[in-house]
Amino acid sequence: MQIVSVKDLEKGFDGLGVLKGISFTLNKGEVLSIIGPSGSGKSTLLRCLTQLETVEKGTIEVCGDTMVTTDDKGEVLYSPKDILHTVRLHFGLVFQNFNLFPHMSVMRNITEAPVHVLKKTKAEAEKIARDLLVKMGLEDKEHAYPCHLSGGQQQRVSIARALALNPEVLCFDEPTSALDPELTGEILKVIKTLAKEKMTMIVVTHEMSFARDISDRVIFMDDGLIVEEGKPEDLFNHPKNERTQRFLQRYE
Amino acid sequence: MVQLLLQMLEATLTSLRIFLLTLLFALPLGIFVARGRMAKNSIVSSLVNAYIMIMRGTPLILQLIFVYFAPYYIFGTSYDRFTAVIVAYVINYAAYFAEIYRGGIQSIPKGQFEASEVLGFSRIHTFTHVVTPQVIKRIIPAMGNEVITLVKDTALAQTIGVAELFRVAQNASARQFSTMPIFIAGVFYFVMNAFVAKSFDKLETKLNYYN
Repeated sequence: MQIVSVKDLEKGFDGLGVLKGISFTLNKGEVLSIIGPSGSGKSTLLRCLTQLETVEKGTIEVCGDTMVTTDDKGEVLYSPKDILHTVRLHFGLVFQNFNLFPHMSVMRNITEAPVHVLKKTKAEAEKIARDLLVKMGLEDKEHAYPCHLSGGQQQRVSIARALALNPEVLCFDEPTSALDPELTGEILKVIKTLAKEKMTMIVVTHEMSFARDISDRVIFMDDGLIVEEGKPEDLFNHPKNERTQRFLQRYE
Repeated sequence: MVQLLLQMLEATLTSLRIFLLTLLFALPLGIFVARGRMAKNSIVSSLVNAYIMIMRGTPLILQLIFVYFAPYYIFGTSYDRFTAVIVAYVINYAAYFAEIYRGGIQSIPKGQFEASEVLGFSRIHTFTHVVTPQVIKRIIPAMGNEVITLVKDTALAQTIGVAELFRVAQNASARQFSTMPIFIAGVFYFVMNAFVAKSFDKLETKLNYYN
């Protein structure tokens, strides 16, 4: 079942095109990795999906809700606020540098949104949070503050925070770029577990072997365009496009 | 001597009233001024900026005189001196507080706002539960400075004839041909500010549970 559909997405900063017509779809339970050189628009694409950036052209539909469309004249039409809010909650986003709330305990970081956005009771939210902390291997950290945790632990808390809202799609924006190789392993393990549980995910990453491992499909982006798309074994082993070949050579 | 001290204590109460009332109104007013200063609307932000420039660019003593005497010259009516002091201090200190708040708000990493947005928090919730607690921690040292200055600035209220601590000490000095009362007043200010400094230290320690 298709849950995300993106068509002809365009986005620029100060007249400089960053996304120049991106189209792709995502099925439920699918893990999609987006790879490509820095500045190719991978992060911007995630930020458009999660409404941190506004698009200039194109259509985005999520779980039957339309976030944005473009009419025949090329006018961009965003849906009304309440629909945008619903669409926003379909996505969870894990940031490169965690962005946990430093003044809140681990528990409150995770329960704040379920309580105040989804209007769950505190007890309900804490139960969900504890289950997630167990899953992340952080059951003894609920009273800790982010500054007392390692980078890997902080990132796992931020994954738990995103999961607590029970999103349809979990997006990762270079989740291991701020971590050393050892801590990177922790995070990749967690994402692998989620993949096994059929969590729908979009992962922007520079970890090629990891992308090959967990993805059902890989997109290679360069200069605001999708250059190549395919199953990981095809794209990594037999890249068709010359640009993809050149990029992947560096990782051999 | 005992009588002098009693007089000075009474005058200290006036100083404290100026101090507390100024904080009571200027602390919240500063939030609105800061928001105005950061407004996207350029008319609003430049008007607020002009107000801040005037408040910071002219002496408080002049503002005090203006606030008290301007209504007299414009409307021919005069009003309570103490009220004039509070009005002048509030609009002056709100400008300084606003700039401190603005510095604090702008020092919060963009990621905090983005995480709040992605989690679906309302703007108000983000402001009250995410931004403000972190801003408070960051601005405590600067606010401590400003609040200590306010304690000492209450001495300026005598300019328009409000009998606060320094005025009473000066009068006593003139009567007794001695500078002693003024030095005693100095001790009074020092003790009050020791309390202020201590309170800010405590607050800082209390918020040290995170980095």
